[in-house]
Amino acid sequence: MLNYTIRQLTAELAAKRVSSVEVAEFFLKRINTLGKALNAFISVDEEKTLAAAAAADRLIAAGKAGPLTGVPVAHKDIFCANGWKTTCGSKMLANFIAPYDAHVIEQFNAAGSVIAGKTNMDEFAMGSSNETSFFGPVRNPWNTETVPGGSSGGSAAAVAARLTPVATGTDTGGSIRQPAALTGICGLKPTYGVVSRYGMIAFASSLDQAGPFAKTAEDLALMLNAMAGFDARDSTSLQREGEDYTRDLVKPLAGLRVGLPREFFAEGMAPDVAKAIDEAIAQYKKLGCEMVEVSLPNMKLSVPVYYVLAPAEASSNLSRFDGVRYGHRAPEYSDLIDMYNKSRAQGFGAEVKRRILIGTYVLSHGYYDAYYIKAQKLRRLIAQDFTEAFKQCDVILGPTSPGTAFKIGEKSGDPVQMYLSDIYTIAVNLAGLPGMSLPCGFDSAKLPVGLQLIGNYFGEAKMLNVAHQYQLATDWHQRMPQGS
Amino acid sequence: MKWEVVIGLETHAQLSTRSKIFSGSSTAFGASPNSQASAVDIALPGVLPVLNKGAVERAIRFGLAVGAKIAPRSIFARKNYFYPDLPKGYQISQYELPVVQGGSLSVMVGDKEKTVRLTRAHLEEDAGKSLHEDFQGMSGIDLNRAGTPLLEIVTEPDMASAEEAVAYAKALHALVQWIGICDGNMQEGSFRCDANVSVRRPGEPLGTRCEIKNLNSFNFMEKAIQYEVRRQIELIEDGGKVVQETRLYDPDKDETRSMRSKEDAMDYRYFPDPDLLPLAITPAWIEQVRVNMYELPRERKKRYMDEFGLSAYDASILISDLDISNCFEGLLTKGPLDVNRNYANPKLSANWVIGQVARKRNDDDSSKAEFWILSATLGQLLKRIVDGTISEKIAKELFDVFWNEDKASGLCRGPEAVDQIIAANGLTQISDSGEIEKIVDTVLAANAQQVADYKSGKEKAFNSLVGQVMKATKGKANPAQVNDLLKKKLAG
Amino acid sequence: MSLTLDDVKRIAHLARIEVDAKEAAQVLGQLSGIFALIGEMQAVDTDGVEPMSHAQDLMLRLREDAVTEVDQHTAFQAIAPQVEADLYLVPKVIE
Repeated sequence: MLNYTIRQLTAELAAKRVSSVEVAEFFLKRINTLGKALNAFISVDEEKTLAAAAAADRLIAAGKAGPLTGVPVAHKDIFCANGWKTTCGSKMLANFIAPYDAHVIEQFNAAGSVIAGKTNMDEFAMGSSNETSFFGPVRNPWNTETVPGGSSGGSAAAVAARLTPVATGTDTGGSIRQPAALTGICGLKPTYGVVSRYGMIAFASSLDQAGPFAKTAEDLALMLNAMAGFDARDSTSLQREGEDYTRDLVKPLAGLRVGLPREFFAEGMAPDVAKAIDEAIAQYKKLGCEMVEVSLPNMKLSVPVYYVLAPAEASSNLSRFDGVRYGHRAPEYSDLIDMYNKSRAQGFGAEVKRRILIGTYVLSHGYYDAYYIKAQKLRRLIAQDFTEAFKQCDVILGPTSPGTAFKIGEKSGDPVQMYLSDIYTIAVNLAGLPGMSLPCGFDSAKLPVGLQLIGNYFGEAKMLNVAHQYQLATDWHQRMPQGS
Repeated sequence: MKWEVVIGLETHAQLSTRSKIFSGSSTAFGASPNSQASAVDIALPGVLPVLNKGAVERAIRFGLAVGAKIAPRSIFARKNYFYPDLPKGYQISQYELPVVQGGSLSVMVGDKEKTVRLTRAHLEEDAGKSLHEDFQGMSGIDLNRAGTPLLEIVTEPDMASAEEAVAYAKALHALVQWIGICDGNMQEGSFRCDANVSVRRPGEPLGTRCEIKNLNSFNFMEKAIQYEVRRQIELIEDGGKVVQETRLYDPDKDETRSMRSKEDAMDYRYFPDPDLLPLAITPAWIEQVRVNMYELPRERKKRYMDEFGLSAYDASILISDLDISNCFEGLLTKGPLDVNRNYANPKLSANWVIGQVARKRNDDDSSKAEFWILSATLGQLLKRIVDGTISEKIAKELFDVFWNEDKASGLCRGPEAVDQIIAANGLTQISDSGEIEKIVDTVLAANAQQVADYKSGKEKAFNSLVGQVMKATKGKANPAQVNDLLKKKLAG
Repeated sequence: MSLTLDDVKRIAHLARIEVDAKEAAQVLGQLSGIFALIGEMQAVDTDGVEPMSHAQDLMLRLREDAVTEVDQHTAFQAIAPQVEADLYLVPKVIE
């Protein structure tokens, strides 16, 4: 059960060798023991989970099971789920019971899957280590002294530690791919607009995109089949023909042009990471791929650009947390402005406040052109770099993160160092492209290394094909942390 | 010392859509608190805006009505500020690229025509309401109004007096109702004006302006602007300086005062709303809207002047609102024919609409101006004047009867009622010259003094004699015949 | 452009986040580091480049004008800090 993929699990369920309730009980037990030690979950609700599992069993019995029916899915606590506490990792929403379902939650409910719980995350998805959560840091199951990455650290740790077969996350600057890399699992950020943002608590609206975590590329594809699709409630949701993301998994890779951006390999990568990536490249060559050097000359500016645009949008998106209609209200205040000032000062953690202040500053009178407009112009240049690169290749390959999991507390005092750790992932969000991370080895400390694939717009199926073929030839994705 | 007054107006017209601008909540007025505030309207975490096509369509109508450019691509922006009636902490509005750009509105100020240029009109969402009754020493927030679509219509600083500002506001008020984009109900806040007022000495650059809010009637607008102009002039003449600020008009005290809540210099941090893509309006869409619109007031005005030879003043009254104009249009098809033209008698019709219908409606002191005569009925009345059945005087009396009685009964009578009432009350005009002559003779005999006066050159005496004859016939004598006969007899 | 303590106070007020004097100094230090990083943007010439607001160059989809929402104020106000007579209560609003 522990290492079952979705297809293995649903085959067992279909054959009635196990019930969905039994599956849920199995994983709930792990969540309540190992999960507690890792602090991977913010909310667990056995009653709701088991009720959903029982409903799934009825669907299976009635012969109405789909590809995800009865499968436990842990959701990042950024998705509103009706009746579930939905905190976004913040004191601001510590007692917020969502009164409606996010589109992603609706999709999984409609598929008959089972909510395994709500996972821990960096507060309002702002962080790369899961240390900014009001509910405490998540521990990396490969080494509990280290971080699982962020901001979807709880979901990543939960899948890595086999607390749930699969999970959801969101990725604004790398928040799915980087934790997937640091915990040795697979994570995918779709093309912007493929998954509806309705009900997903906004961080930076023009960059946020939800996506799946799983052990394998095939499971990612099955998850994405459920998550993707048009939603009229999100004005940025794309109206496209539905697609089956598993359709190209088995295609051979011979003749595939893999782009290696010069800038990815120039400097900054830890030697062990570089070595693992080189081995992955060698593996792809064996699979018949052709390596093409490409260039993303403006990528180096993606971090500064991101730290203008994302905080600008966030400063506005987080204005609704004012203590009036929901969320934290300061117990004592002198007047209306004081109520706002204190509720927000108390409800938000240091990193969130820092980003709100950055965003407020870059949008404020006299600075807008120098910061915000400048960053939007550079965003276009960064996106154009990818357009040029994809004229020469079918998929881009590189590291997900410059290093492996770092020690809890190691970077939390230095925001700039923390921000720079997202150097390889941020540009993908700025361009709106799909990207994913899959495990490709370990460093000398036995911590996982992630390989990043970047697809062209709507290139998810291609990317998953490239990942799946690698996983047929290697077994990194089958490794699991000791003690799990 | 002479002063020049410079006024620009910003008007918020609530658009008459069924649902809100970014959510599917009802916009109906008067619902119980927060019962029309959806997840989007109260800005729950995770919700997103989706633009209402009906709001855009109304903005297009407005753009066409004022001859503006309708932007093929416009942008929604966030205006960021904290206020309890603003649930998201920002208002979705348009900033750099508004949907309607330029245009103008011609209005009559007294008998002079004045063109007010429009800067822009943009779509945005309304805020909720803060209720200031005491709730445990706190304010209550009702978000039913939050998200109601608004068209904010901004003028250039083209008005030079309270009178001009009110004339513009009234013309705009009539226009938005004419084109069916706003119900114009000022009591319910559907049409709200803010005035930017400054004063300067002739030839000097623009003075510092103050924005006056809460001008929720034309009467208040006039008084508030007059007060503000006086205040600014007195302040400067006393050696003071006008401070740029937002002021609130207090109708009870008839004064404006500084708004404390707007004290800190606002830095709204506008930026394009990342939740909303650029709004595209194609020429085909504009054309589709255009063909479904009434003929516009300015087009009608031109037609009335060019084709019927009406004066600019008369034409502007006829287009002052859609009901008045449609009444006139009705008379053109249902009223008496003008023998010289293919149209119904437009001048007689115009005189009646302006002199009787518009007057009657203005006298009706009700917030919702209603119409209590059908144009077919009025047309029949006018036909009976033209064919000599009744005198104009009787016709006016009958008009009042129709209006008052039908208003009381709530039911407008059709044209057949005109002849019935004329017959039943014996109101038919006396055109029998023998009958009139007898009466004239009687009157002349009984008023020897006036006859003498007239003969000694006092023209006024003639009118008095006409009056006597009309009185004797209860107004039924044909006035032209009475005149002719009298003149003949007095000359003889 | 270097950030000052006054800037920090101004933006904290705009953002309605209480920051005391000690925090303000600390925040200033951190923000200065971040703005040094952000300042790297100025090295690239972007004259004539169209700012990019969205990942896709698409136009807005519109909704038909129809009422689709029902009254849910009871559920929504169950999670509100303070409510009376179906109204959200806030400290006195002064105009």
